[in-house]
Amino acid sequence: MRWPLITNLPRVFNLDFVRYAPVAAVISSILIAISFGSLAIRGLNFGIDFVGGALIEVETAKPIDVGGLRRVLTEAGGEDAQVQGLGQGNGAILRFRVPENADLNASTQQVKDALQKAFPGIEIRRAETVGGKVSGELARSGAIALAIAMLLMLFYIWFRFQLQFGLGAVAAILHDVILTMGILSLTQLEVSMTSIAALLTVIGYSMNEKVITFDRLRENLRKYKTTPLRDIINRSENERLSRNLITGTTAIIALSGALFFGGPVLFPLVFTMVFGVIVGTYSSIYVALPIILLWGVRRDDDEPAPLRSANLPQR
Amino acid sequence: MLAPSRWRLISVLAALVFGVLFTLPNLLPASVRDSLPPFFPRQTLNLGLDLQGGSYLKLSVDTRALRVEKTTNLIEDIRTILRAEDIEFSDLGQVGQDVTVRVSDPARANEALNLLRSRLGGDVATGGAGLELSAQPDQRIRLRFSEQALNAEASRAVDQSIEIIRRRIDALGTREPAIQRQGFDQIVVQAPGESDPERLKSIIGQTAKLTFQMVDDSVPVAEALQGRAPPGSVILPSQDEGPMLLKKRAVVTGEMLTEASQGFDGQTGQPVVNFRFNGQGATRFGEVTANNIGKRFAIVLDGKIISAPVIQSAIMGGSGQISGNFTAETANDLAVLLRAGALPAPLTVEQQNTVGAELGADAVRAGAISMAIGAVLMFAFILLAYGLFGVFAALALVLNVLLLIGIMSMTQATLTFPGIAGIILTMAVAVDANVLIYERVRDEAHLGRSPLQALEHGYERALVSIFDANVTSAIAAIIMFMFGAGAVRGFAWTLLIGVLTSVFTAVVVTQLLIGWWYRTRKPKTLPIV
Repeated sequence: MRWPLITNLPRVFNLDFVRYAPVAAVISSILIAISFGSLAIRGLNFGIDFVGGALIEVETAKPIDVGGLRRVLTEAGGEDAQVQGLGQGNGAILRFRVPENADLNASTQQVKDALQKAFPGIEIRRAETVGGKVSGELARSGAIALAIAMLLMLFYIWFRFQLQFGLGAVAAILHDVILTMGILSLTQLEVSMTSIAALLTVIGYSMNEKVITFDRLRENLRKYKTTPLRDIINRSENERLSRNLITGTTAIIALSGALFFGGPVLFPLVFTMVFGVIVGTYSSIYVALPIILLWGVRRDDDEPAPLRSANLPQR
Repeated sequence: MLAPSRWRLISVLAALVFGVLFTLPNLLPASVRDSLPPFFPRQTLNLGLDLQGGSYLKLSVDTRALRVEKTTNLIEDIRTILRAEDIEFSDLGQVGQDVTVRVSDPARANEALNLLRSRLGGDVATGGAGLELSAQPDQRIRLRFSEQALNAEASRAVDQSIEIIRRRIDALGTREPAIQRQGFDQIVVQAPGESDPERLKSIIGQTAKLTFQMVDDSVPVAEALQGRAPPGSVILPSQDEGPMLLKKRAVVTGEMLTEASQGFDGQTGQPVVNFRFNGQGATRFGEVTANNIGKRFAIVLDGKIISAPVIQSAIMGGSGQISGNFTAETANDLAVLLRAGALPAPLTVEQQNTVGAELGADAVRAGAISMAIGAVLMFAFILLAYGLFGVFAALALVLNVLLLIGIMSMTQATLTFPGIAGIILTMAVAVDANVLIYERVRDEAHLGRSPLQALEHGYERALVSIFDANVTSAIAAIIMFMFGAGAVRGFAWTLLIGVLTSVFTAVVVTQLLIGWWYRTRKPKTLPIV
């Protein structure tokens, strides 16, 4: 091995990426089917941000009595009571809902009082309540942000490249979003407002990948005007492979600290991001590009990119 | 491109000075920070509630109540106007969203319509009520508020509510509360630190609408309770003596108060609230009391009668007191509320979070440690991968972090938990910019170009990709900022700042360093080829 390590990587690889596209299509279809299946059967584990309800985090001096907590919670009027032990066994997160017509804040207070009575010395470290109306709004505003972001990105790519590039990118990103939601459903990680942020990051990273992919493709399309599209895609991906390896590894390494040491609050967010980095890289090669390959591209596009002449400092 | 450029050097040095200067306060203890000379920046990162603990309240303004009140007032206005002109009418009341009235004499229906239109009509833009009046069959007149008028009214109510909440919270002395409008009719209140959310809620949630209304003794209360209340009167519960029948029209309202303070009654020694009316209120109150000696009036707070004293004599001075089973604290709270003014519409608490500061500290520690570990690993990886060029990229990354934290501190943007993750991702994307450049340089070198040519071409070509990639990131960040709420917004802001700083550092800073290295070393080969 030579140092720096990059010098060990050949500058251009010689792999037949396109050959495996049918295999990848089957794999992607299966994964999407599993995701939809899981979403239909298991659903998502929505946090109180979305379904409304209350969350109380408690800590006691003695090891926590999970069963006792659940009993007190149910007796005090909490529906759907969940108790999750935390840390060294002295803490717990309680989640519950209240009947439709009851006042959420008053009921939460009632539960707090009941807890303090049943477990003297219990410390309430956090209490959150979310009403049902807000939760609907949060979900809606999240979905709207998602749709608008995708649409604007589609237009930007259309403007900078060609329409089929934009549609390929959107299809690939939908693929990523479905798989990400699928993994959230399979693992039953809690879906909160933070997960929306994570999902939007997955989209942002994925879109970044698509643009880098298309950029190289566009350049080679101009360079080799008569080479078949299939060969140009293979060439572009081989040229890009070393960059993909380095950037992908860097991103995952950067997130690994937070993944393993970030604690239970940070974990769902970072986990989603790591998953997104992997899926986003994969879908650039095996969703976006195959769509462009099947659709075909305009080959008369020989104008230099406007950026070149206008915005770059001249040598 | 690699030629020495003065502006590039100056901009990097300026960024370095800026970054260090604005990041530094975060590392200094508060005592040192306070003793800094005045021109030094002293803002630290504005940590979100999830990181430092505090209370979060999301309230929505009850615009429906606002509409009900507007309609009630309208009905009373119509009654007054028509009576003053001796126009007989019947069936005055609310029908669906509209108010209708039937004029008894067909000959005067048109006159009534014109009269009402001239007194109540007019566009919102010109200061009118925004009422649409129309003649209906059977001598009826229909009055309807335009959608525009209702929206304008609701919007104004939200703005007023924010102002009033601010005044109330300031009176409590809570540290740096953040009060923001969200969406059309919601208000978010964030109070950091060890504040009591219940006290906060009680002081914010109370409408504090104060009115002085005459007691209607034309009908016994018992009879009114059976549904025979005269039109224009209403039954309200009272604090001490059961329901009472009052005239709907308020003689004087809380807006006409100029002063309110807690005091003690001279005779009984009970805590009371002393108040003073403004000129208009004093005149009105003086007139009404002079005309109604011996009758009772009621002091009503949020639909509940606090007390209903008998008027002994005309009260001309414009000041008075409210008594009614107060403790010193409740009297004081009421005085605070009256001083700050009434909310134009009731508020409902939609969401309430209390984050213990201790958990916040844990969260900060976990975030900081995990980020440091991620950063160290990432530095190690790019040094191993790119050698000397990796060092340049790492230096650019350090400046990137300084700039990011500096700008976040300067703009007092809120750093939330997701924001920390956003920073980590920004770092990764910043490294990607350098990876793109270096891989391009390797491309060019493999094509047989000299090191200088390879570097220049590499930078130039990679810039196209970097530009497109970062514009898409910026679009995503801006959309998240515009449409997201809470955590998403904090995250988006971090991402947006990160896009700007990372393009600058990844391109300009490494260009400067590599240019300087190339001129001093005159290398025959590049370390990354």
